[in-house]
Amino acid sequence: MRIRNFLISVLMSSLIIGCQSSPQKPDSATAGKSQAGSTADQRFGATTGGGFSGDPLNDPNSPLSQRVVYFDFDSSEVSTADRNIISAHAEYLANHPNVAIILEGHTDERGSREYNIALGERRARAVQQLMLLQGVAQKQIQVISFGEERPVALGHNEASWHLNRRVEILYSGN
Amino acid sequence: MLRKLKLIIVLFLLIAAQTRAELTIDITQTVEGATPIAIAPFTWSGQQAAPENIAAIIAADLSRSGRFEPLPKADIQPLPQWGQPLEFPLWRARKIQYMVVGSLQRRGPDQYVVQFQLFDIKLGTQLTGYSITSQVSHLRKTAHQVSDLIYQTLTGERGAFDTHIAYVTVVTDRSGRKSYNLSIADADGFNEQIIYTSPQPILSPSWSPDGRQLAYVSYTRGRPELYIQSIQTRIAKRVSDFPGLNNAPAFSPDGKRLALTLSKDGNSEIYILDLQTHHLQRVTHNYAIDTEPAWMPDGRSLIFTSDRGGSPQLYRVDLDQSGRNNQPRRLTFEGNYNARAAISPKGTHVAMVNRNAKGFHIAVLDLQNHYLTVLTDNPLDESPSFSPNGQMIIYASESAGKGVLAEVSIDGRAHQRLRFQRGDVREPTWSPFMNSN
Repeated sequence: MRIRNFLISVLMSSLIIGCQSSPQKPDSATAGKSQAGSTADQRFGATTGGGFSGDPLNDPNSPLSQRVVYFDFDSSEVSTADRNIISAHAEYLANHPNVAIILEGHTDERGSREYNIALGERRARAVQQLMLLQGVAQKQIQVISFGEERPVALGHNEASWHLNRRVEILYSGN
Repeated sequence: MLRKLKLIIVLFLLIAAQTRAELTIDITQTVEGATPIAIAPFTWSGQQAAPENIAAIIAADLSRSGRFEPLPKADIQPLPQWGQPLEFPLWRARKIQYMVVGSLQRRGPDQYVVQFQLFDIKLGTQLTGYSITSQVSHLRKTAHQVSDLIYQTLTGERGAFDTHIAYVTVVTDRSGRKSYNLSIADADGFNEQIIYTSPQPILSPSWSPDGRQLAYVSYTRGRPELYIQSIQTRIAKRVSDFPGLNNAPAFSPDGKRLALTLSKDGNSEIYILDLQTHHLQRVTHNYAIDTEPAWMPDGRSLIFTSDRGGSPQLYRVDLDQSGRNNQPRRLTFEGNYNARAAISPKGTHVAMVNRNAKGFHIAVLDLQNHYLTVLTDNPLDESPSFSPNGQMIIYASESAGKGVLAEVSIDGRAHQRLRFQRGDVREPTWSPFMNSN
């Protein structure tokens, strides 16, 4: 039930991304998505350089603000650039053992649905594996695959498909 | 060879009374060499309009099979009347080979009788004839039974018109909220009934061999879990909720076991769950993706999708009594994507999603000669399922940005789309023959 509410609110929050909404109260649900301009969440008390004080999760200039990594068709290979993003998250998680994330694996619409569920899971597990290697505890990461069921782009072309072949890093913030 | 010419004939547009879902059936490709058959409008003597157009339902059924070409009403003049002798020389002169004449009579409050005769015009004889009692709510079913009798008489094969399909519909409301419906309907798409609804994804409906239950994947608790639901009582039971994937359910031919995909041991592997003892037997052992198991009709082997060779392909694995399995053998070699096997009822053919330069199509592999035939040419086809007589394949396609259901005969000659007016329709699966009627 909690996960469901969480997912729903993540979906809702993804709808308003880019809207530069007025400062909103970070709660366990909306903290999942980085939103430039949202108020600093002081709960973790961490600070980064560069003049941003507060949790680096909320620093728009931190690599932690990047929460999606992308894949080639029928591939679960993480690109070198995305490895740096994953590495930044892994470092943060290793330093904050009470923080948990969900890695959501997704695919584009092409091919068979159940194969895509398995492919989405393999993508999420590829990201999970990199994080575990950096000392993140197993219990901090939950993997869920939605296959092709939750596209972010609805076109039937490579531009949309590229955006849909992804793993989302969702902070549950508890 | 697929014909280039595509005739779009809207056969009929009706509002299904029970659900008010509008449905059109487009014959997207007519068939050369289909047997012409005259189906005369059924005689009806009631005061009001006839409760169903029996002849139109039969004509639509026979047409969908691709084996018959029902003649337009204008070619059946003067209309033969039920109970009158048929003027064989007249119809013979018009090169009509077969004719169906029938009547619909009301015998009492909600009691009807459908009678028909099938004639061979050339021979001047009746081939078959029946009288079937029915009710208003069963008249479509009765018409499908007549279609089955005609089909069986003329082709020697059992008809599959009086059967059902299950599928998933996704409806988005005005506020953008999605609702996933698991539905069943008659094989022609009418009489839709929603048997399960969830705001979260529903996937992979699979019929039990007796046609009384559906297994499916539901994300209703936030992640994929497997349920088996009774169609009659609507009671659903959760049968698999291991960590990770609980996906791709497939009832064994004896209905006692469920093949499924789990990732509890590290990555997606195929298992067999005994539904009585809950004993779990692991079938595959490979770092690659293994999923989408389908049973051979003898229950002694599975065909599944694996990318162990670098791209998704179909493999076959024999199951032995001890639980130790032989090494899976690769079945498909054409193209870099062959997935989601559906096995024909007699185990002679395997339908699948096949990728070529133009996209993802439905293809069928003949297991005897290993010849692969691509049956469809839309860019995003998936989820093939055989009719219980093995003659047709229903599958999911895409048209004008919406998921639609489509059918193709296994020889690739007859094509049609079932277009539901509401929502995205996907993952059709054809029921078995419901009983031994």
